[in-house]
Amino acid sequence: MGDQNFIQVRDLRQTIGTQEILKGVNLDIPRGETVVLLGQSGGGKSVFLRHLIGLMRPLSGSIKIEGEEIARLSERSLEPVRRKIGMLFQDGALFDSMTVFDNIAFPLRERGERNEKVIRDKVARSLELVSLQGQEKKMPVNLSGGMRKRASLARAIISEPACILYDEPTAGLDPIVSDTINRLIRRLQTHLKVTSVVVTHDMISTNFVADHVALLREGRIHFTGTLSALHSSTDPVIRDFIEGRSHEID
Amino acid sequence: MKFPYSFPVTRAFCTYLGQTALLAGETFASIFAGRIRWRLVLNQVNEIGFGSQAVVIITGAFTGAVFTAQTFFQFSALNMSSAVGPVVSVSLCRELGPVLTAVMVAGRVGAAMSAEIGTMKVTEQIDALRALAVNPIDYLVVPRAVAMMISMPLLVGECLFFGILASYFVAVKLLNVGSVYFLHNMWSFTHGKDIVMAMSKAIVFALLIVFIGCQQGLTTRNGAVGVGRATTDAVVISSLCILIGNFFLTMALNIVFPTGGR
Repeated sequence: MGDQNFIQVRDLRQTIGTQEILKGVNLDIPRGETVVLLGQSGGGKSVFLRHLIGLMRPLSGSIKIEGEEIARLSERSLEPVRRKIGMLFQDGALFDSMTVFDNIAFPLRERGERNEKVIRDKVARSLELVSLQGQEKKMPVNLSGGMRKRASLARAIISEPACILYDEPTAGLDPIVSDTINRLIRRLQTHLKVTSVVVTHDMISTNFVADHVALLREGRIHFTGTLSALHSSTDPVIRDFIEGRSHEID
Repeated sequence: MKFPYSFPVTRAFCTYLGQTALLAGETFASIFAGRIRWRLVLNQVNEIGFGSQAVVIITGAFTGAVFTAQTFFQFSALNMSSAVGPVVSVSLCRELGPVLTAVMVAGRVGAAMSAEIGTMKVTEQIDALRALAVNPIDYLVVPRAVAMMISMPLLVGECLFFGILASYFVAVKLLNVGSVYFLHNMWSFTHGKDIVMAMSKAIVFALLIVFIGCQQGLTTRNGAVGVGRATTDAVVISSLCILIGNFFLTMALNIVFPTGGR
């Protein structure tokens, strides 16, 4: 099983201030599949995702990427691991001093590509994959929320990572743009055969993109399984989440 | 200050010193390892060096002018008006030139560094750099540190040149000090070691500004309010460090380059 998993997380613990956010998370992310991590807002999903690319260091526990333990690697030793992984940040995190073209070309230039024709071709292909042709010269501030996310995704995929991490890819977007993003995630999985981890609380998005689902609740993984197993579950916690019930009395 | 209050303050101060020292250590390690992006260095030289010229020229010229006038008013009563040139020149080289240039650059460049890096921090752009396997210190701090070490000595040199030029104009053209006396005395009493002292201070102040500005930016939290606070702190802390550091530098450099003589 170990070799089939691109990511393997064991007993991951993290606190922020005095609050224990992750209380021993165990999760396997199979190679080439899309795992959706569900959970309430503020429940630690994004914190968990940031651990997978070394942006946060766990208090304790193990994170293995392709069998390599990364929890205690130095910032420089993490760089080869990070080259295997792309990340879509919640607000895009585009570099606001650069045009869309320069943002997307950034990973190529940083990895030593100097041939401008190669860079132009790869940027054009990435933009085509995210349906954002013709926006190369714009500055990030002039893009809408959905366009910023797509540009950020184009930047994440340009160096053909083996895994893509999505932090709330549809948060704050209207249903039509959300659907575009969902289709994009699916298309990338089909075209690039990448492993994907999608953090969201959006059930429409989950139904569209997920191969496997995990539910994070109170700092632990409450459920893992296929999408159909999630929907057929009779666990009241899962039913409440799927059906959006809070049990609060008016 | 009572112990329960003083302890967290001391701890915060030690943490800040430690973080800044670590940042400086990592920056120099990257520089010596050759991880320098020269294109970014040139951009920063343009931003820091060329962009600060007007401020530095005006500061140098008016400081030289007013210092000359005050010195003349005091010295002329003692019939020592021909000493104005060397007094102004040596003072500018050893103290006023490097300190005033550094304070002006801290206000202009240190604040900009802190605001830019701080905004990148709170909008996850620094996390994006890290996620793209780019070390933020190599990408953001090293080019600024190298550019500051190149730009500051040149800016201090410019400040000295325009300060002495203004001094000459005020003394000779406005206050009727003899041109020959002014120039001869200035050349006689201003030595190469005074210039070396100015440049040594320029390099030290450049590093103080860059590490304090970048450290404030990299540790920014709490959104726009945090960016504002980091920017203000960067200017205040670097200005204070320049003024305090200048005293200790003067005492140390005066041993190596004592005043007077050749």
